[in-house]
Amino acid sequence: MEPPRSLYQKVWQEHAVRRLRNGQTQLFIDTHLIHEVTSPQAFGMLRDRGLKVLMPERTFATVDHIVPTHTRLEPFADPLADEMIRELRKNCADNGIQFFDLDSGHQGIVHMVGPEQGITQPGTTVACGDSHTSTHGAFGAIAFGIGTSQVRDVLATQTLAMSELKVRRIEVNGRLHPGVYAKDVILHIIRTLGVKGGLGYAYEYAGDVFDRMSMEERMTVCNMSIEGGARCGYVNPDDTTFAYLEGRPFAPKGAAWAEAVERWRGLASDPACVYDDVVTIRAEDIPPTVTWGINPGQAISIEQRVPTPDGAPEGERESIAEALAHMKLTPGAPIAGTKVDVAFFGSCTNGRVSDFVEAARFLEGRRVHDGVHAIAVPGSQHVKAECERLGIDRVFRDAGFEWRDAGCSMCLAMNPDKLVGDQLCASTSNRNFKGRQGSPTGRTILMSPVMVAAAAVTGRVSDAREVFGVTREAVA
Amino acid sequence: MAMRAIREVRGQAVPLPGDDIDTDRIIPARYLKCVTFDDLAEGLFRDERFDESGAAKGHALDDPRYAGARVLISGSNFGCGSSREHAPQSIARAGFEAVIAESFAEIFFGNATTLGLVCVAVSPTARRALIEAVRADPQLELVIDVAAGQVRAGDQTFEASLPSSAREALLDGFWDPLGELLEGVSAVREVAERLGHVATGA
Repeated sequence: MEPPRSLYQKVWQEHAVRRLRNGQTQLFIDTHLIHEVTSPQAFGMLRDRGLKVLMPERTFATVDHIVPTHTRLEPFADPLADEMIRELRKNCADNGIQFFDLDSGHQGIVHMVGPEQGITQPGTTVACGDSHTSTHGAFGAIAFGIGTSQVRDVLATQTLAMSELKVRRIEVNGRLHPGVYAKDVILHIIRTLGVKGGLGYAYEYAGDVFDRMSMEERMTVCNMSIEGGARCGYVNPDDTTFAYLEGRPFAPKGAAWAEAVERWRGLASDPACVYDDVVTIRAEDIPPTVTWGINPGQAISIEQRVPTPDGAPEGERESIAEALAHMKLTPGAPIAGTKVDVAFFGSCTNGRVSDFVEAARFLEGRRVHDGVHAIAVPGSQHVKAECERLGIDRVFRDAGFEWRDAGCSMCLAMNPDKLVGDQLCASTSNRNFKGRQGSPTGRTILMSPVMVAAAAVTGRVSDAREVFGVTREAVA
Repeated sequence: MAMRAIREVRGQAVPLPGDDIDTDRIIPARYLKCVTFDDLAEGLFRDERFDESGAAKGHALDDPRYAGARVLISGSNFGCGSSREHAPQSIARAGFEAVIAESFAEIFFGNATTLGLVCVAVSPTARRALIEAVRADPQLELVIDVAAGQVRAGDQTFEASLPSSAREALLDGFWDPLGELLEGVSAVREVAERLGHVATGA
């Protein structure tokens, strides 16, 4: 009888090819996702060494980081961006790799495309040259972000040299308050455990809050695992997972579907398995959460005040002072009421249909505040089409948002969508690093989609529960 | 296929104090618009070093006292955030051979090691002492001894750690794993066969 194991351990053992001389494991990668920014150099390295793509049917490509979201006209105005998309097209064509291109109707942020297509499946290993690959863990996949030399390794060998991680189970039990969303849950976890708390760990998200979450909410949570230092995070697969996947283009069909579901159920962590660490959080303790600083762990409840360096432990004073100086916030002042210049709605964290639908319930009949530049960027062409079918685009447009085409947009500003000067952006994205949104002095406050809607409407960082009246019954 | 074994790095160091220095800071996203890594040195800590008009802000990397340095010294969680290999590439292409920090984000650490950029972790006390020593004497030569797990600065010696897999890889000259991964391709095919290909829609 095998000892009880976590999903992470089962998947790791199943995919271990052999031990390498330095003690690492050569780990088989089922699914490789690539995009235009971190792959061209890898193809170049293969060419330099005369190597071929070993299993091209296991790599899938799309274009997301550099695509303009206000026009799809090619050539792009930015010649560097144009060179990158052409290079990706050529690399995919030369190597027989499926490419969800701009004219496919399936293009989008790479972490949206995998799940939408049913490419992301439970119990698989997924790698992509992007740190938010942790998103795919929502399906019970072990998914990690990799560098370009590792993109090369996967292309050439379908494997990576990896060291096994420890597993920390993060249990959230109870009922979330109305107006508290998946984004608040993960921001609260990162705030609690710290941005380096996850170093060396995979995070397993468990407990009845995650059990009740939709797949889209689980993706929001897993997406930001890396912001807590954990290279991957996952939720054990269950009926919610299977219902999402059934019938998607790349999911198993017919008899193979039933077999797959049976196998996937068996991959969930065994109830008696022993974790390297367990953290328990009460759902009732999680508030609507916003960042005030320059990393995602520098976060507080919307009802709290910005910290003061003086009150902090000595080791943190310097970084608090640095963050406050960049954010131009007054120590000790309430975060609510901070003036907002830009509202950004989108990204692989919160650019899915349910994000737009939920915010639209409150934006209906309301207007973006004078002076706020508000953009809504669906994470994929599928999200865009579905929102348009539901009339959600109309709600956003009528409120004064610009309704854009799919891409990473202002999450990282490798495209024309950028902050200007020291603009302050209320953002549904995942990083508030200095300069992240395209201006070295730009400022980012991370929050849930409904909180961004509230900020857009009031022109201030606001408690959405007050702006919109108490929102809805607890999400999960 | 073995590469050069890396047993130690010697050189002057530049202090970059602060924790959680993310890869967006190490190299801003606009420098990622490239299809090769060749010109990345220019983007290293660009927005920390120069303002929007291009004027130097007096950053340590531009301080002539530290010219020619080969080692960076920083705080905890160095290289967090984006998986961009452009970050360690820009550090290496700017002439650095090692980073000393309190801890490293994992993706950065892996990317750096694959390039032969040595990353070692030291205690907060050691980090402070090293920064003080380097500020007092910017010409001070540090020795990062990978085999002994030490950083030596003048008459001071500090414990420096790195995961045994990275240590072995550097000492052995197998820090770029591709050659060894390629040797395993027949075993890889067997695993692929056993697991089957799931994302086919069939």
